[in-house]
Amino acid sequence: MTYPLDPALFTDDMKLDPTRAGFGRGLKAAGEANEAIVALCADLTESTQMHLFKEAFPKRFIEIGVAEQNLVTVASGMARAGKIPFTSSYAAFSPGRNWEQIRTTIALNNQPVKIVGSHAGIYTGKDGATHQMLEDIALMRVLPRMVVVAPGDAIEAEKATKAIAENGQPSYIRLAREKTPVFSLDESPFEIGKAYVLKEGTDVALMGTGTMTYQLLLAAKILAEQGINAEVVHVPTIKPLDDETILASAKKTGRVITAEEAQIAGGFGSAVAELLSEKLPMPVKRFGVQDRFGESGDPKDIFMSLRLTGEQFAEDIAKWCEETPRYHQEA
Amino acid sequence: MDKLTVPQIQQKANDIREDIIRMLEKAGSGHSAGPLGLADIFATLYFNILNINPADPEWADRDIMLLSNGHCVPVQYAAMAESGFFDVEELLTLRQFGSRLQGHPERERLPGLENTSGPLGSGLSQAAGYAYSLQYIDDIKHRFVYVMLGDGELDEGNIWEAAMFAGKNKLSQLIGFIDRNNIQIDGSTEDVMPLEDLKGKWESFGWHVLEIDGHNIESIIDAASQGRAITNRPTMIIAHTIPGKGVDFMEYDYKWHGTPPNSDQAKLALEKLRTLDGKITHEGAGV
Repeated sequence: MTYPLDPALFTDDMKLDPTRAGFGRGLKAAGEANEAIVALCADLTESTQMHLFKEAFPKRFIEIGVAEQNLVTVASGMARAGKIPFTSSYAAFSPGRNWEQIRTTIALNNQPVKIVGSHAGIYTGKDGATHQMLEDIALMRVLPRMVVVAPGDAIEAEKATKAIAENGQPSYIRLAREKTPVFSLDESPFEIGKAYVLKEGTDVALMGTGTMTYQLLLAAKILAEQGINAEVVHVPTIKPLDDETILASAKKTGRVITAEEAQIAGGFGSAVAELLSEKLPMPVKRFGVQDRFGESGDPKDIFMSLRLTGEQFAEDIAKWCEETPRYHQEA
Repeated sequence: MDKLTVPQIQQKANDIREDIIRMLEKAGSGHSAGPLGLADIFATLYFNILNINPADPEWADRDIMLLSNGHCVPVQYAAMAESGFFDVEELLTLRQFGSRLQGHPERERLPGLENTSGPLGSGLSQAAGYAYSLQYIDDIKHRFVYVMLGDGELDEGNIWEAAMFAGKNKLSQLIGFIDRNNIQIDGSTEDVMPLEDLKGKWESFGWHVLEIDGHNIESIIDAASQGRAITNRPTMIIAHTIPGKGVDFMEYDYKWHGTPPNSDQAKLALEKLRTLDGKITHEGAGV
């Protein structure tokens, strides 16, 4: 099945919407569908877009104050009482500050608490390095039982929120502050644990998670003009990884690029590289934040400085493909 | 479960102490002082205070008993076994490979446990979350949430986040116990990180606070009863206990915090505990 992309992609009519807004809509919809859903926030209700749920279901919204350790542990207790708690804060604080509480009282204790890390990644921009959470994918991916999702756009964030509301597992969802391009449609598929080929190609597989998928689509468009036929794979679920789709694209193209708005150590690119090194060793190049912190500024300038834009990807991928032979599967 | 009388509970507390010594000796590792000091409170909880059904650990109308200081779990395992959640013989599997009785409690391994704990400071929040659900979301008034905290554990910031939350929300179905035994791994609590004025601290966070002798069964029953009767605040019961209570060479000695008895020490401890059989049933006011 071909993944339906928004026809307005790359045009002046392209929609922009923050993934956190999609989360806010998804949580409200999930709350309408299931009375067990409760929402807890650490003094960032509007920022994290939980206000939509709060207005609709005031009795099921709990203000925790600036206390992220309490945020997730109260949620753990509520889950024991039969609730499905969504907890929200900035990712730098949750899971940044309260990782051990998440590990013990949610993952090991196996409670279906949802950790919503808003303002993750570089799009947090002007707040600077303290608030640009780049280590959350690594922190959450390493926890047994934890589902890790980084939606590619606002529409997908809404679907992902509804999906994790009903998956019965500890889950982490990673969201961005700023408006980002919407490439999917309401009818585009989303399922936890599935990756999607957005554009077929043969020369190199570009695998992205979260907001970086759009930049890879842009890179593929530029590369096509240069005669490089790139496949673009969107991987919204970092854990569990869709091994089958990733291996199929890797096998077909023989070279893999990964992109994420996070540290490359332990992140999405690491997950793909781990899979490929065990199942199908081949050249892999990981785009992401290369073992450094961010800084204050317009996100565009920071992304440029980290070489995480579609135009820069196209340039770097073309060069890498020139230097890097494709892996050929022996018959 | 039928509620036992004070003399019967005192006997159960001694049985629990003997279980603890046997478990720890067999395990060859674990904490001695805290669990022994808590035997009276746990005997009172499981044989009088808690509304629970050992034959149906997930019984929908049950009270909730959470352990925040997970290292004291041997006393909870012993109380659970003595009250019929599982066979007393299984206590000897503590800390062994494949056992349901993990070194620190893991909820999913053993029916009847309500939480997973060990890393300190998180149990009060979990209790508060449960109590909040009962009080404000489900409108269930007849169930109570009890939680045991260590005193050294109160160094953790998470505790005070939970204290504020419970105070703000007047979680009246939440009843905490602090095992005030004054020891932690590095020494006396007042040397390591002073906790006093402990009563004043909790009161200032909006709690109803009681101070009791944690070895006086009647006081424990009365304090819990008072906690259930207070409808506009959570209750914290500061229970003064003697670490290692019942085994004289362990009492008050912080070195026994994280140490099990060897076989000679266990033999001696059991002898001393057996001499208490029959004696302690006549102490106290009796019911």
